[in-house]
Amino acid sequence: MTSYQPPMSLFWWLRRRSYFFFAVRELSSVFVAWFVVYLLLLGHAVASGEAAYREFVEWSARPWLLGLNLVALVFVVFHAVTWFRLAPQAMVVRVGGRRAPPLWVAAGHYAAWVVVSALVVWVVLA
Amino acid sequence: MRTIALRVARYRPEDETEPTMQEYEVPLREDWAVLDGLNHIKDHLDGTLSYRWSCRMGICGSCGMTVNGEPKLTCGTFLTDYAPGPVTVEPLRNFPVVRDLVVDISDFMGKLPTVSPWIVDSEDAAPAEGEHLQTPEELDEYQQYSMCINCMLCYSACPVYGLDQDFLGPAAIALAQRYNLDSRDHGAHQRVDVLSAADGVWSCTFVGECTTACPKGVDPAGAIQRYKLTAATESVKSLLMPWGRRSDLPRPSGADQDNNAWSREVR
Ligand code: SF4
Ligand code: FES
Repeated sequence: MTSYQPPMSLFWWLRRRSYFFFAVRELSSVFVAWFVVYLLLLGHAVASGEAAYREFVEWSARPWLLGLNLVALVFVVFHAVTWFRLAPQAMVVRVGGRRAPPLWVAAGHYAAWVVVSALVVWVVLA
Repeated sequence: MRTIALRVARYRPEDETEPTMQEYEVPLREDWAVLDGLNHIKDHLDGTLSYRWSCRMGICGSCGMTVNGEPKLTCGTFLTDYAPGPVTVEPLRNFPVVRDLVVDISDFMGKLPTVSPWIVDSEDAAPAEGEHLQTPEELDEYQQYSMCINCMLCYSACPVYGLDQDFLGPAAIALAQRYNLDSRDHGAHQRVDVLSAADGVWSCTFVGECTTACPKGVDPAGAIQRYKLTAATESVKSLLMPWGRRSDLPRPSGADQDNNAWSREVR
């Protein structure tokens, strides 16, 4: 059977907001991967003694790296928000036999995020 | 009489290599859906126009098309909402076009049986005597997913499916959940491999357009995210307890595995 497969236009991802964010998520995962690499490098520097750690901190203060990490942070937060938007759909929490409103589930996740972040800040600063 | 212009995609593979647009003037009536406009063309203006439809009441799922860029059931999409027009009617996106507004649905048809969309009996328990009883709460668990009419609007809206046709897709996953969450079913175990494969739920990045497009309130995006949690929990469990049963999901019986072999053949 002959059939026509319409090509996807080059700018299909501009047709809808959700498509745009989809494309951004796909591309920005590179930055998330970078954050993981950066964290591993940090761990390695901490493990190899004070000198190595100081060198790492100095290297991290370079403007281009600071800029890169800032961009990466924005994308990681974007991915985190997507994740929290997804959570209430994935989790069906029952309270007294009824399905808890999705808003509660999302609120619970955000609260946990704040608590964990505060803990990390406390560990780092203390 | 007021009229409205329908710009309709035509594709006649015997004389053209690409679709072209053709414009028709049809009466603009309060109670006319886009499908009524197409029927008017077919009956009075141009009998060569091809498209699918049957029930005219949002039940059969065969009249899905792209109306002004959006995936819609044309029997439930009213012309007056697009006045003064023109209204562009194209075939569903993400599917090969066979002729005019008719798309090739064999990919979707091949995927459906791979999720064993039927109630699988328990291997251990004897068949229930008499009817299976179900409480309203148990019905509530899956009822939403059982409303799917296989119209494929969700596939048409999904960019992941558009880029990679191997993706199992929204409706097939929602259908799997319709049975997984049914208290009478014991087949979750035989659906797990297809659902948690790379082309299963994990291909979805939560764009959410499937749920927006769905005319029946099925919420396939929700079904997919829900199964992601199930799949993740299962794999963590089997990581922590590799010596235990591969999962708590009910085991399939021999007969059901035969069913699976059959569905693979269909694909
Ligand atoms: S899930 Fe909704 S949009 Fe998708 S095939 Fe079923 S009824 Fe249609
Ligand atoms: S004609 Fe049956 S759903 Fe539209």
